[in-house]
Amino acid sequence: MRPSNPWLNVLLWILLSFATLFPIYWLFVISVKPAVDLFTTPEIILRSLYWKNYVEVFNDPTLRRYMTNSLIISTGNALLCSVLAFMACYALSRFDLAGKENIFFWTITNRMAPAAVFLLPFFLLYTKVFAIGDFKLYDTRIGLILLYCTFNLPFAIWTLRPTIDGIPKELDEAATVDGCSTWQTIREVVWPLARPGMAVTFILIWVFAWNEFLLAATLTSFNARTITTGLSEYVTTTGTAWGKMAAISIFTLIPALIIFSMVQRSIVAGLTFGAVKE
Amino acid sequence: MRSNKVGWWLLAPTLVILGIFGILPFIYVLYLSFHQWNPFGANPNQVFIGANNFRRLVFDAEFLTAIWVTLKFAFFAVFSEIVIGYLLAQLFMREFPGKGFFRTIHTLPLIVAPIVVGSIWRLMTTPSVGIIPYYAKSLFGMDINIGRDAGTAFFFTVVMDIWHWTPLVTLTLLAALLSLPKDPFEQAQIDGASRAQIFWHITLPMIRPAILATVFIRLMDALRTVDEVWMLTGGGPGAATRYIGLHIWKVVFPKTDYGYGAAISVIVLYLTLVMCWMLYVGLVAPRNKGNS
Repeated sequence: MRPSNPWLNVLLWILLSFATLFPIYWLFVISVKPAVDLFTTPEIILRSLYWKNYVEVFNDPTLRRYMTNSLIISTGNALLCSVLAFMACYALSRFDLAGKENIFFWTITNRMAPAAVFLLPFFLLYTKVFAIGDFKLYDTRIGLILLYCTFNLPFAIWTLRPTIDGIPKELDEAATVDGCSTWQTIREVVWPLARPGMAVTFILIWVFAWNEFLLAATLTSFNARTITTGLSEYVTTTGTAWGKMAAISIFTLIPALIIFSMVQRSIVAGLTFGAVKE
Repeated sequence: MRSNKVGWWLLAPTLVILGIFGILPFIYVLYLSFHQWNPFGANPNQVFIGANNFRRLVFDAEFLTAIWVTLKFAFFAVFSEIVIGYLLAQLFMREFPGKGFFRTIHTLPLIVAPIVVGSIWRLMTTPSVGIIPYYAKSLFGMDINIGRDAGTAFFFTVVMDIWHWTPLVTLTLLAALLSLPKDPFEQAQIDGASRAQIFWHITLPMIRPAILATVFIRLMDALRTVDEVWMLTGGGPGAATRYIGLHIWKVVFPKTDYGYGAAISVIVLYLTLVMCWMLYVGLVAPRNKGNS
């Protein structure tokens, strides 16, 4: 719009990027310092790397279990939500169901509700109501997998709908004319075309489930704890182990970072409910 | 051609899951909010007490404080994010080398888990570990202690939220700016309009729907912030940063006064929905209609 020196912009953005990256860098700095060095003059440039915090975190059986739990829960939830959302979107897109647009909008209201509001009912349902004999959903991985559906399934439906709507109906009809059953049509025609969109949805939900903290902290006590709750435990019980806390934070951060580098653009579209398309 | 039965069957699992894990808890919490129930109290049974729980709420100073600080936090955070995000989006409208790279870096905080954001900022601000108190002391002689000073704690929760969520605002507003037609701007420049005039009379009215939609999304998120703040300040010092979600989690819950806790949950949900609805009906919907 107006002429300006492009290098001035670059300089400005270098400063802004510094503001963005420095807190993350500082996390790393703390994680590779021995505890005795923490309370001296803060040094921004690292002279030596001290990996013992990471080794300790990695060798801690409790934290390893938390990480395994997180992996299982995020993957399970992402799988469940993508498959169910695929079915639901196909139904909403191809069938003339009564009130289907209302159903579509109703699903998204589930996501809008603050999670804190559902803590109490979920806690009571999980500990007292949803029980078969001795089996309770409280502190189980399946409990969390199902629970995250409340927030992630609407999201999956919301983001997958345009993908499924974008696959021409004529392809389905041609397949039906050729004698394919509904199941065959889905498997042979729709599924392959929807796969890229599905992959993005899957990945985003995986990250949401991985990052979730509040519900996991309330609805687990021992067996099904996730890495995010592990991180919070570290702060309250041994508030002074800053190095280890930083190392666990880095462990929590890494999967999300890898995924970020893979689907950066889609993340933005996903987080804004499709307001930003690229 | 194909029967709708198949369609309903495909939709059924979703409806069942959202019914059990979305609607049922809501009905349950609504039911509980009209009861007195404390399993570890004098009377462990559920007793119907009408709207008494809600009457108690009006006089609950802790609850009202929590609502007030939440609104304050949401206002400062979202307002700053919109202003900063808009300026950054304008910067991205220009051409300069390495734009894509800087954009990627700018987007990075969005993917960091809220709990990790909290731990990052805790490490930045805790006295003697963090770098901010150290340099504030040695360069400006300021004492920064988020564990002691309420104002500082509040300030850093807002800073943390700005760090975490401004990229989202930048990118939504950038998308809006990119989609604007070029002609009105060129015409205005030819007519000799000043930069401020172009902003007030052309840019702002045109991206208004995008700004309102962004405020809407961000406000909903800011009102339910829990993880980051819990990690950074734990709601303290005192109750200075005990935002409403945190209040439910850390105060209502452990008291096992479930009926009263349910009433608070219902009211918070109701307030969120009402705010959501007012914003949507009052601001977002009419503008969208006018612009399409």
